[in-house]
Amino acid sequence: MLEARDLWFRYRRGARWVLAGLDLRVAPGEVVGLRGPSGQGKTTVARLLAGYLQPARGHVLIDGAPPPAATSRRPQPVQLVSQHPELAVDPRWRLAEILAEVGDPDPSLLASLSIAPGWRDRFPNELSGGELQRITVARALLSAAPYVVADEVSAMLDPITQAQIWHVLLDRVRRHRLGLLAICHDDSLLHAVADRVVDLPHLVTRPDNQLRPPAPLSGTRVTT
Amino acid sequence: MSLLSVEGFALTFLQYASGLRRRRLEVISGLDLDVDAGELVAVVGASGSGKSLLAHALLGLLPSNAIETGRITYDGSPLDAARRRALRGREIALIPQSVTYLDPLATVGTQARRSAELAGTADPAAAARVAFRRLDLADDIAGRYPHELSGGMARRVLTATATIGTPRLVVADEPTPGLHPAMVTETLQGLRRMAEAGAAVVLITHDLLAALTVADRVAVFYAGSTVEVAPTASFAGDGAALHHPYTRALWHALPAHGFLPLAGAQPPPTDLPPGCLFTDRCPLVIPDCRRARPATRQVGPSLVRCIRAEARDA
Repeated sequence: MLEARDLWFRYRRGARWVLAGLDLRVAPGEVVGLRGPSGQGKTTVARLLAGYLQPARGHVLIDGAPPPAATSRRPQPVQLVSQHPELAVDPRWRLAEILAEVGDPDPSLLASLSIAPGWRDRFPNELSGGELQRITVARALLSAAPYVVADEVSAMLDPITQAQIWHVLLDRVRRHRLGLLAICHDDSLLHAVADRVVDLPHLVTRPDNQLRPPAPLSGTRVTT
Repeated sequence: MSLLSVEGFALTFLQYASGLRRRRLEVISGLDLDVDAGELVAVVGASGSGKSLLAHALLGLLPSNAIETGRITYDGSPLDAARRRALRGREIALIPQSVTYLDPLATVGTQARRSAELAGTADPAAAARVAFRRLDLADDIAGRYPHELSGGMARRVLTATATIGTPRLVVADEPTPGLHPAMVTETLQGLRRMAEAGAAVVLITHDLLAALTVADRVAVFYAGSTVEVAPTASFAGDGAALHHPYTRALWHALPAHGFLPLAGAQPPPTDLPPGCLFTDRCPLVIPDCRRARPATRQVGPSLVRCIRAEARDA
């Protein structure tokens, strides 16, 4: 179980709280959709869960224990796939090196993402955004991490590429019990992929910029 | 006669491969598109299908190693390099894809006034104010620098600045990615209002569903060619009114219409098949498809580039 327990976060002391007491759980084999307007902290949740940011208060736990330090050589157990793949790869590495960082590339996984063998020797700027996004999804899955946070991974993709990427992710959920947090503001997509959807609540601030206790997150089951 | 008509447009980049060896990269092989005054035509397709290159061609923004063939006519006469330079920013406007097109070191008001001046308006300051008000941008916004605006506001500034001279042709290049749904609706409705006010509007996007909410017709691009131009109403139900197999695959890939992933990827310009560009992924392929690039033809209300398309509803 991936768990966010009472997470508080702000970018600096005295700034407004981006998150105030967030609780969230993702079980193995479960797809949880996270929805909310722009600027409400969806990407901050993603970065906290994946260890890119540290909460001011509260904990990220995996099966009740904190994840290993980010300095360890092994891939982190929560992998983030970002909306901007071009910012998630080293521009000076060839794609073969980018994928090899997490382990042996599994040819059948690469094929399922339509990653052509000819891309191996190319640099990130020689691929389109959609092509590069398949690489970052492949990297997250090759790491064999038990949890993936997909932060608007298909917002910039055409419908066919979007469907391809999601089918590969959902196949991992079903066959390998991957736990997946899908951050997305396309309701029709959430409806198609998520077992349940949670809404990131608006944070209510008083004029003196002090937070009122936020409303608890409600887990609304997506009806099909 | 449409205001803008693109016929058999093709584009090749001349590149130096290694040393002095040159190679020709055919990035667009056959685009057809026409847009009339008062009409909004959406151009959809995967990245790399040639959407943005067409926009840059119309504005005369292509690099010097690009070789064009085919015909682009605007308002009855050929849109050659000199006319593109003369008309852009005046009659032909581009709403660019990225907010990085704003100058970070100048207030947005200064940039809008400069655009108004270049567009040849009599009173640039007044024209800029009117353009901002038309997009619900308060007067004090003009004094701000780009980094002081939210993403949505910056996008409205781009639209206001691009459309300051009341252009007759507006090309919007991917105006919506990363915006939340309310903002997407607002941006698209803004384009719709321009069409209603008499402009010809080309909306370039990968978001088919959003495009369908405002477009009169949809042009589908694949690997640098127009595979179908269909009325918006054809995108409905089980997709039976769509004629090209790629258009139908796009429709059925939408989460609400099957969420079916078509295997494979669009062929890159370095590796185009000899016949129809869709043969590798097409469920209807026959040997004739591999012989020659199909021409476009009229099937029902649609223009289709496929020898297998039939008018089922005729």
